[in-house]
Amino acid sequence: MTSWDRFTDAFFNARVMEKYLPDILAGMVLTIELAAAVIASGLLAGLVLALLRALGIRPLNWLIVFVVDLFRSLPPLVVIVLIYFGLPSAGFSPSAFVSTWMSLALVLMAFAEEIFWAGIVSTPKGQWEAARSTGLGFGQTLLHVILPQALRLTIAPLTNRTIAITKGTALGTVVALHEILGMASSAMSNSYNPSPLMMGAAAYLVLFLPVVVAARWVETRFSWKR
Amino acid sequence: MEEIVQSFFNREIAEAALPIVLAGLLNTILLSLLVVPLGLLGGLLLAVFAQSRNPLVRWPLMAWVDFFRAFPPLVLLVLLFAGLPFAGVELGGFACVAIAFFLNTGAYYGEILRAGIESIPRGQVEAARSTGLSGLQSMTYIVLPQAVRNVLPDLLSNTLEVVKLTSLGSVVAVPELLYQARQAQSVTFNATPIVMAAVIYFLILWPVVRLLSRLENRALAGRT
Repeated sequence: MTSWDRFTDAFFNARVMEKYLPDILAGMVLTIELAAAVIASGLLAGLVLALLRALGIRPLNWLIVFVVDLFRSLPPLVVIVLIYFGLPSAGFSPSAFVSTWMSLALVLMAFAEEIFWAGIVSTPKGQWEAARSTGLGFGQTLLHVILPQALRLTIAPLTNRTIAITKGTALGTVVALHEILGMASSAMSNSYNPSPLMMGAAAYLVLFLPVVVAARWVETRFSWKR
Repeated sequence: MEEIVQSFFNREIAEAALPIVLAGLLNTILLSLLVVPLGLLGGLLLAVFAQSRNPLVRWPLMAWVDFFRAFPPLVLLVLLFAGLPFAGVELGGFACVAIAFFLNTGAYYGEILRAGIESIPRGQVEAARSTGLSGLQSMTYIVLPQAVRNVLPDLLSNTLEVVKLTSLGSVVAVPELLYQARQAQSVTFNATPIVMAAVIYFLILWPVVRLLSRLENRALAGRT
């Protein structure tokens, strides 16, 4: 065997790849489910917090800012470990999926709240005053006048942040979640061959590369106009 | 309530675990001092070369950046740590973290610095060149100082993310803060050490988060 053959035999071994392809695909399905759950709940929770903050109730705002700061300063992996290994001592044992989902959703919530809030604040005060003076209520002003403008501004930074946090689904492997990386790692140790890891790497690129390229387009389309 | 205090804020365990956790903190600081400059250097190289007018230089660089933005850093780390030995290259956990961070965070810093450089009007470079400065000189003395100032909040925000990301080192047995805390937790069967690590991360990084919020708000205030 030439050294090239040895290399392909180790890293791109067709037999091993064929055997573990179903595992990697199952991992992909789980990663997609987890990512969808994180994105939907994280963005929604962030938007709700930003709207609550717009009400301007002082003690509530302090609480929101504290929670947001907390999850912006804690590494997601620390939150996952804390939930998965810590909470059982408090009598609540979340599964690996729930732990990973909860922590990534909380982190995304924090970043999304900041971005939504920045969008709301950046809408000129005159718009509020004008809308209110035409007889719209607070809620109506927020919903029909402020949010449509604010959301447009938030699209580019929100997309980038969401991608960065969603890639964190790989962290689930630390708490033995069977997503792509977890599947690939266990297949690698079972077959004593790194080909499954290469498949896992390819699977991430298949999932995330189109999103990153699309984000580039979104960034130029909805960029903050100065 | 008593039970929760016992398992999350246990005084005896906290006292016993403190030296272990602090040793981890020291390594987290050292690791950050290594990977932040490394990532900045990688990003600077990417951003400067991305200014090239030659598409044969620009396109591969853009593909490189997108590749590492799409690739989860943990996967990169595991690939280096567990995959490379099969090719006969065995790197320690520390070296793997350094390389993975250079590639991953370099791509992010690169995008930020590129945006900064592109925010400086071309006329400035032309003026600098016409006074006799070379291309490199006008980049170093004219463009970069202004570019960095323009994207300072983004650079700081990314640096915060990099410091948080050093917790991935725990997966490849680098004895940083999270790793040490988990060691202490698995010995004591008590979550207190992990709570301690979380509190330390929060105390150190909270001021940075506050500062960032202010910088972002100021940028917005200047806009409207």
